[in-house]
Amino acid sequence: MTGFEGANFAIELLNVTLLGILFVVAIAIARLRSLFAIVMLSGIYSLISATWFVALDAVDVAFTEAAVGAGISTALFLAAMVLTSRKAKPERGATQIVPLLVVIATGAVLIYATIDLPGFGDAMSAANTGVGMEYIERSKAEIAIPNVVTSVLGSYRGFDTLGEVAVVFSAGLAVVLLLGFGERSLGATVRREDRVADLKKEDEGEA
Amino acid sequence: MNGDHHVILRVVAKALIPIIAVFGFFVHFHGEYSPGGGFQAGVILAVAVILYSLIFGIAPAMRAITPGFARSVAAFGLFLYTAVGFWALAMGGNLLDYDALFREAPGGHLGQHVGIIIIELGVLFAVTGSMVSIYYAFAGRVSEIRDEDW
Repeated sequence: MTGFEGANFAIELLNVTLLGILFVVAIAIARLRSLFAIVMLSGIYSLISATWFVALDAVDVAFTEAAVGAGISTALFLAAMVLTSRKAKPERGATQIVPLLVVIATGAVLIYATIDLPGFGDAMSAANTGVGMEYIERSKAEIAIPNVVTSVLGSYRGFDTLGEVAVVFSAGLAVVLLLGFGERSLGATVRREDRVADLKKEDEGEA
Repeated sequence: MNGDHHVILRVVAKALIPIIAVFGFFVHFHGEYSPGGGFQAGVILAVAVILYSLIFGIAPAMRAITPGFARSVAAFGLFLYTAVGFWALAMGGNLLDYDALFREAPGGHLGQHVGIIIIELGVLFAVTGSMVSIYYAFAGRVSEIRDEDW
């Protein structure tokens, strides 16, 4: 890839190490009962996957994963965790055979499906021969901005992005309507306290 | 949050929050040249607000950026994005067809650039507003984070 001797081996080693760490963190998350540790570990999981995406040259995806996965979802999970208890309930029954079989079957199907996937960086794969190549070739003449990702997201696929923004907005709207709206929300309480404080100040000013 | 045992946290956060916010704007306005764009920048800006409310308490954060303002920003972002789409429609193009914005001759790029800048602003506003609103909705259920929760 880079022309240096042993560079491919180093990249392979990096991939294996990062995926190994991801595996260990995932097992730790599954076995832990302390919710705080689980939230922190899922933040770490996102950071390591972001690192791995950088190793795969998917910088935009890595950036999003770091900002959304490690940043905001950790903060939101923490805020949600404060509302509930600190520990998950211990499970009854040490091993359950049916879920294990389901997981093994799903895993086997997924591994079987990876056989059909194109190899990493395969120039003849569907992603590299179809419309993706078209965008890269035409973006400079049609949009004339250096970052092709932005021109695809903003212009060629502008309608998709509009849908995504609508999804984010409706998610926020739904949460606000369910939890954070109206007289019992903290926002209303803060506003009421401020109004009382203002009135008191006015009274003192008059007196 | 009483007493002084979070003093290091508070001093560090005070220095970091403006840097995080500026970095958010940097990511936004460099979306044309480097990885990132409105979505990532929106999340980073929201994180700046959330970090402030985690360290200094939710009530001061709600006084600085009121929940109503956050909701309005989210709605305004989606409106801005849609407005560009209808602007293109009104100028005789398809929905979100930026080439039609200024009725340019083929080869002109002003419409593309202006269109992308405005829709990215819309994404920034919608994401920041929604994320801050979601955080306020969850965090507003308890008044303060108690010391033993840290």
